[in-house]
Amino acid sequence: MSQPAGERSFPLPSQIATVPGAEGWEEMYPFFSRFQPEDDGRFWFYNSMHFPEVVPAFDGLTSEIPYTAIGANTARLFSFPTTLGIEYRIVNGRVYITANPVTDPAQVERRLVHFQERAGHYYANWQRLYDGWQQRIEALIAEIEAVEVPRLGELDDLEVVTSSRGYASNHLLREEFHRCIDLYSKMWHHHTEFLMLGYGAYVVFFEFCKQAFPEMGDQMVARMVAGIDVTMYRPDDELKKLAALAVDLDLADLFVEGNEPDKVLGALQERGDAGRRWLAALEEAKDPWFNVSVGDGFYHHHLSWADDLTVPFAALPRYVEQVRAGEDLSRPTDRLAAERERIADEYRALLGSEDERAAFDQMLGLCRQVFPYIESHKFYCEHWFSTRFFQKIRAFGQLLADRGVLADAEDVFHLRHVEIEDALADVQLAWASGGTELGARHWRPIVARRKEIVAALAGWSPPPALGPVPESLNDPAVKMLWGITDETVQTWLGDEELDEDTVRGYAASPGVVEAVARVLLNANDIGQIREGEILVCPVTAPSWGPVFGKIAAAVSDIGGTMSHAAIVAREYGLPAVVGTGQATAKIRTGDRVRVDGDRGVVTVLR
Amino acid sequence: MTPLPLVLRFADVGRDDVPVAGGKGASLGELMRAGIRVPDGFVVATAAFRSAVAALDLGSRVASLDPADGDAVAAACAELRSVVESAPLPPPVVEAVTAGYVRLAAECGRSDLPVAVRSSATSEDSAEASFAGLQDTYLWVRGADSVLHHVRRCWASLYSVESVTYRLRRGIPETDLAMAVVVQEMVGARSSGVMFTRSPLTGDRSVIAIDASWGLGSAVVSGDVTPDSFVVSKVTGEIGRRTVSTKTRWHQPDPRGSGVVESDVPANLRDVPSISDDEIAELTAIARRVEAHYGCPQDIEWAVSRTAAPGESVFVLQSRPETVWAEKDAAAAGQRVAAPTPRAFDHVFNLLGGKRPTES
Repeated sequence: MSQPAGERSFPLPSQIATVPGAEGWEEMYPFFSRFQPEDDGRFWFYNSMHFPEVVPAFDGLTSEIPYTAIGANTARLFSFPTTLGIEYRIVNGRVYITANPVTDPAQVERRLVHFQERAGHYYANWQRLYDGWQQRIEALIAEIEAVEVPRLGELDDLEVVTSSRGYASNHLLREEFHRCIDLYSKMWHHHTEFLMLGYGAYVVFFEFCKQAFPEMGDQMVARMVAGIDVTMYRPDDELKKLAALAVDLDLADLFVEGNEPDKVLGALQERGDAGRRWLAALEEAKDPWFNVSVGDGFYHHHLSWADDLTVPFAALPRYVEQVRAGEDLSRPTDRLAAERERIADEYRALLGSEDERAAFDQMLGLCRQVFPYIESHKFYCEHWFSTRFFQKIRAFGQLLADRGVLADAEDVFHLRHVEIEDALADVQLAWASGGTELGARHWRPIVARRKEIVAALAGWSPPPALGPVPESLNDPAVKMLWGITDETVQTWLGDEELDEDTVRGYAASPGVVEAVARVLLNANDIGQIREGEILVCPVTAPSWGPVFGKIAAAVSDIGGTMSHAAIVAREYGLPAVVGTGQATAKIRTGDRVRVDGDRGVVTVLR
Repeated sequence: MTPLPLVLRFADVGRDDVPVAGGKGASLGELMRAGIRVPDGFVVATAAFRSAVAALDLGSRVASLDPADGDAVAAACAELRSVVESAPLPPPVVEAVTAGYVRLAAECGRSDLPVAVRSSATSEDSAEASFAGLQDTYLWVRGADSVLHHVRRCWASLYSVESVTYRLRRGIPETDLAMAVVVQEMVGARSSGVMFTRSPLTGDRSVIAIDASWGLGSAVVSGDVTPDSFVVSKVTGEIGRRTVSTKTRWHQPDPRGSGVVESDVPANLRDVPSISDDEIAELTAIARRVEAHYGCPQDIEWAVSRTAAPGESVFVLQSRPETVWAEKDAAAAGQRVAAPTPRAFDHVFNLLGGKRPTES
């Protein structure tokens, strides 16, 4: 039962004290991301799904830009009747969000007219428009890949003069950096272009199923809708191919648990033609399929497989072993497709009337039409594009390091993007004047201080939500994207009696197992996971897929039944409980844990 | 014309035989025909009732009662039951029931075969059926004499105060009175329970709800124990909800030979699931077959044998149509049914347009 508004409350934003040692964190983020006094009257929740860690100064852009895009899409482009956009705030390095609902019935009515016209255009022409999207996003990726950090030599190239280009290369420093930011913004607009319409179609079918079959597991809807040949599985498939090739080329002995990528690569170079052929196949697979972040593309330090081979190489030994044991690693797509049809057919047959069956078919059909976008966009946007984006920013960081402004290329991510412009302007001026950059004296202490702040903030446990609890959380988009409903909030409030050793979440993938937990707070640590362990993490990323082959179960703090952890766990047939809110806080690495994916309960066995 | 049979084997009756075998008897025969594993047995047919009870001419004494005069009804009923339970039985009835029991016992390879004796009402009226001794089940009965005795107790239940009062108030003529009795091999139940082929909580037809506990099913039906509870998807067989309760009491055959005793469940079993996942899968498969056979949701009593081999150990003891949600469905017919829209995406407008489909 929902509480009357205001009766129960999480801590108010104004009550959140700065973490000791992190004084001055506010300077890392733009003024408009700070909580205001009047924000105490609103309900905010911690977006730990997208921002599970402290946000470094540069990475503030990964909340600022997505929220400029998603809100524009729902509020101004498609005119969603009951919702405008999402507001975000950052406190102690963590991102909190709230949605702006439309509550005036007359305004809802006005917006609905436009929504029908605008969304109707997209739904009616979905396939054609989605084909166009595919081209647009690939063109954007090509553009970001083409960005070049100008070389600032003693003299500009002769060709600049002979072609009478008319502007020197220090100009390009600003232009190319801007291009990165502009393209990133554009990418996010395209990211949200189809997203909420896609979720709308999904939610319609989901709600219908829940009404017709109140006890249907949440994952069943996804199982009737999920695509068979999904881009997200492709990186994993490439790894499997590489494993098979290693066996074919008699290189299997190099792929053993715990072997560092550098050691393996070194050893491959000493294996003659076979080694060369495998390395060539690796390079082939890398572009684009290794452009998957070990996170979700929201942090510069969540490197991609292409940047750091730890994750793919952690998955290879198991695949190699399976290939040697004669197992077929290819996904049984025919069987999966047949099973998907069977499930849908059985539910359809259980409906009470012809009308309901016809409505079911319409909703399911629409869902399947929109789903390829929902399943694929992450690879193109959060992974491929974002990997390239961070690589380019890193290259600007390298330039700043080369010019002596920063001590290290990575330090660039401790500056806000507008500060980087300043730093680059300093370089432009110094190169032009023949003077020296003044930035080292200015920026290095700032970077050093921010590193201390980030370290201090990392130990903070953010409350799952802030402010008074609203009467009900009805926004279907919020429900689907973040897995947060009235029930979740009640659980967070401790309404349910839970002992210290139990956490509850969504039953995302069925089955019950007991094993030792591995708690991973940092996505880059995924390589530490060992065969048979239970993965406990704030949120999982698609690139972790291959690792799911070796774990016994997955538990996450955040995520709904549509979340990545849920989808991949079902694919691998292992139990998963997602959206627990607090698993990483309550469970320690080495704890023996029981994961009940049927009921959504995780118990620490002490 | 040959006289109507007094006793019928399960194998010889089907769903159309309610007038002679009663609802329970007809259903057990029907299940057997459908290939469902049912403990074997026979039905003491309504012809036996007529020959033994109708001949006592009790109808006029019932008809003269005033249902408002509770004391008089109670006194009369006690006397009528005593008459039914003690009047000499016609020899053909004794012979037929005895022969039925002896044959069943011989087929089961045990001369003192324990059986369940249960009333099997012929009425379509579920309220009447429930008064007419639906609860009358005598477990772990041994020997032909004891079977005869309990058959008569089932018949006598028609003269319970509730049953008689109900007939008087409804004006149901005594001449229509009939009852069959089922005699069925006892399953030495390690665990037993009840299952619905739709959710009793929400009416969801895509799940099977199973209640299970240790020992005989009477503990579950009577509410003497909080059973384990499982909700299983019909579509995938996955166990969506699993509640293992602390099961404190169980019903077991009386070690003195006949009847049932209630006692404490041993501590080491109390918090352990009373059925395995394999057995849940088997129950699910059975539930689907029974429901498909009848074409409507069912309420099924079942038991897992202590002795039968795995894979052959689950027995159906009874199945009847689920009524609670069927009545709700009938009452709600035509309401709030999702309808197709001109374009598929109109559903999105209906949902996100600020109006919930339930409001329209």
